[in-house]
Amino acid sequence: MEVRKEKSMTLQKDMFANHFKRLSRAGEEGRKVVYTFVPGNLNELIRSFDMLPVHPEINALQSAMRKKSANYIREAEKHGHSEDVCTYVKCDVGMMKTGNIGPTGEKLPDPDLLLLSYTGCFTFMKWFEILRQEYNNPPTVMLQVPYQSDGKITPEMTNYVADQLRDVVVPAMEKVSGTEFDAEKLRTFLASSARAEDDLVAILASAKNKPSPIDAYFGGVYYIGPIFTAFRGFDSCEEYYRVLRAEIEERVNNGQGPITPEGQMSEEKYRLVVEGPPNWTSFREFWKMFYDESAVIVASSYTKVGGIYDNGFRHDPARPFESLADYCLGCYTNLNLPSRIDLLEKYIKDYDADGFLINSIKSCNSFSAGQLLILRELEDRTGKAGGFIESDLVDPRYFSPANIKNRLESYFQMIDAKRRTVRNA
Amino acid sequence: MNCFIGIDLGSTTSKAIFMNEQEKFLGRGITNSRSNYHLACQIAREEAENNSRFSLLEQMIRANPRCKKIVASLMPWLFSRYRLSEYNAQLRALRDICATDLNAWKDPVSVSLYREVVEKILRQMAEEAVLFFQSGASSKSDFFRDIATSQFMDHAQDQIREHNGKITFDRLIGIFDRAIIRVESISFARAFSENIDFAYRKVSRLPEFLDFKDDIYQAVKYADEQEFNIVNIVGTGYGRQRLPFDKKQLRSEILCHGLGAHYMFPKTRTVLDIGGQDTKAIQIDANGIVENFQMNDRCAAGCGRYLGYVADEMNMGVHELGPQALKATKMVRINSTCTVFAGAELRQRLALGEKREDILAGLHRAIILRAMSLLARSGGINNEFTFTGGVAKNQAATGALKKLVLENYGNIKINVSPDSIYTGACGAALFAGNSK
Repeated sequence: MEVRKEKSMTLQKDMFANHFKRLSRAGEEGRKVVYTFVPGNLNELIRSFDMLPVHPEINALQSAMRKKSANYIREAEKHGHSEDVCTYVKCDVGMMKTGNIGPTGEKLPDPDLLLLSYTGCFTFMKWFEILRQEYNNPPTVMLQVPYQSDGKITPEMTNYVADQLRDVVVPAMEKVSGTEFDAEKLRTFLASSARAEDDLVAILASAKNKPSPIDAYFGGVYYIGPIFTAFRGFDSCEEYYRVLRAEIEERVNNGQGPITPEGQMSEEKYRLVVEGPPNWTSFREFWKMFYDESAVIVASSYTKVGGIYDNGFRHDPARPFESLADYCLGCYTNLNLPSRIDLLEKYIKDYDADGFLINSIKSCNSFSAGQLLILRELEDRTGKAGGFIESDLVDPRYFSPANIKNRLESYFQMIDAKRRTVRNA
Repeated sequence: MNCFIGIDLGSTTSKAIFMNEQEKFLGRGITNSRSNYHLACQIAREEAENNSRFSLLEQMIRANPRCKKIVASLMPWLFSRYRLSEYNAQLRALRDICATDLNAWKDPVSVSLYREVVEKILRQMAEEAVLFFQSGASSKSDFFRDIATSQFMDHAQDQIREHNGKITFDRLIGIFDRAIIRVESISFARAFSENIDFAYRKVSRLPEFLDFKDDIYQAVKYADEQEFNIVNIVGTGYGRQRLPFDKKQLRSEILCHGLGAHYMFPKTRTVLDIGGQDTKAIQIDANGIVENFQMNDRCAAGCGRYLGYVADEMNMGVHELGPQALKATKMVRINSTCTVFAGAELRQRLALGEKREDILAGLHRAIILRAMSLLARSGGINNEFTFTGGVAKNQAATGALKKLVLENYGNIKINVSPDSIYTGACGAALFAGNSK
């Protein structure tokens, strides 16, 4: 099969390469650096102060894809982090302890500000405590984002977060950057974000087509790259999504399936919804287990951890702080279990999926809890086949290909058997 | 005769089932898997074919009104003589291989001594075999390896004593170990003719069957000459990828166990399969189609191999563990999360003076406790509940399971088929038959 390099792929590669180059020069150029997490990231605000973000979990997953995570994790364990700790944390700590060389081989700068947008994962807080200690107490801000325990965002919740942005986050950023807050600049970024978000929604919704032109999980994690990280609000980001959308629309018009590392998928046998992150250390091998069986992921919750846009939410220049607040409140990580179930159910139905699959992460206590309940509930509500596999984020020791492949094969055959029963009935 | 074959290449044993067009069992075959799945598949399949011929023979005898009175006593006789002939052929092969190996030794003095001892042991084994395979004798392991090893070990001990240090246990067992692996790899294709001929000659001479000599001969001839037309084969189990089959002829063992359990017990809704290296909790619908499953992950403590390890630690055969555990008068609590740690715990308990049977009872409970947790994760136990896989043959395991099911789920009908180890192969044969 011919492997095509789409223009969007080149664009994204260049965007990340430039970003890491800028980060490596931040010290000499006097630019300030903010460490922050993907879910609930305040990219537009950070960038309005001309600061650069570093996302520790992105570093971890990129280290894993470059086969560096095993050594980093070992290094962190040497420093006393237990085997059960989230492997994103350990990979990040290990990387820092061995010189903080980023995915492009350039050194990452130390943080000038630690900005913790606390959206649902309780490990985030501990992680930042470690970072604060390791980096010798840099200025730290914690944005308290209320958990959506009742499954909805109230005006009080929005105001509570927006007030913190105005009263705590902005002053801290002004102090660190030495720049005065520029409301107009923020609005410009937010308007750009919303335009890219429109395209992202169209891109992910394209999987409703049959065949789906994209894999919304294995391809999806690439598609969310720019908008979930350092680029939301920028022209380059807008351009990326415009180009990607056009490419995908062309695929839809041509009736083409997704592109995999081994070329275009010719057949779509199973349409699945997936909950949970992919395994990063064996990403290709994991993906292959799906495309070899002609299985396409049509929707996934993981591509919503940095923002759910298909329910209509957009960053809004008319209500800058409030829309940033709603963004943080609405991330997938901040949803309660019933809301997660509702969302997955909607995806199964809207995307006409044959089943749903959970990749449960052993070292992720926050999100693996409750996944069996999600599975049962979705089976009851949709009558579709549910599958359950287990692996890890970035610890290669916890990816057991023979077991996972065996379960996936059984799962696909289970869908076949269910189909035949329905046909024969 | 048209037939369908299901082959289950498990981590410990490989099983084959022959099924006719009416979805009835014709025959079953089982062998140790070892590392060569290709060969295991061939041997299990041949054994199943031979067993199918034996079933046809029985059907023929049963269909003959003249034989009505003798059929109940005749079949066990025929079968035991048949098995004896089979066993003797394997013993002969073992003797030949040992002899060849010994010829390659460089030290003539040891060669003659060890040859004499090995031949003596094998002679004694052949003499004893006649008693093992008597009609009505209590059932032994299905495997040549199990029976032969236990016999060889006993006699080896005697010989070492007799030769007072001139031969060593290690060397003697070394000869046997190297040879038996090769015996297990020998294909005894078309052995049916030879073995049934032996059985027929022995049995037809017995006074109670003399008058039926011709009837028996006709049935033997019919079974021996039957041609099997293999319409379709489906493979399952861990070794299935190694089979030279089209992808359409491969099924996951989870689906096969689900369908196999449904075939054996049609009201089954939950299946527990404890195999050599994995435990599966499977929920099926009214048609035997899998709705959900959970498997052990990362760790295979609590599976069949755990019992194998424990048996080694206790210097027992794995088939002896269950009966020993049933003698327990109390239950010693044993860790179930790691096979190796359980071994350490077992040695410690023995050192503290606990009885073997009580420790074994605890080990069986530990295995079932792990399975209970998987069952809970898969959605609990629904009525009826069928226990499949090799471990289901172990009565101490089924006993522990029944107790825990009652404690946790109340009155649930629990099914265990004597053919439980063939459940996966049975499901595969059904898939071969109707491509469900």
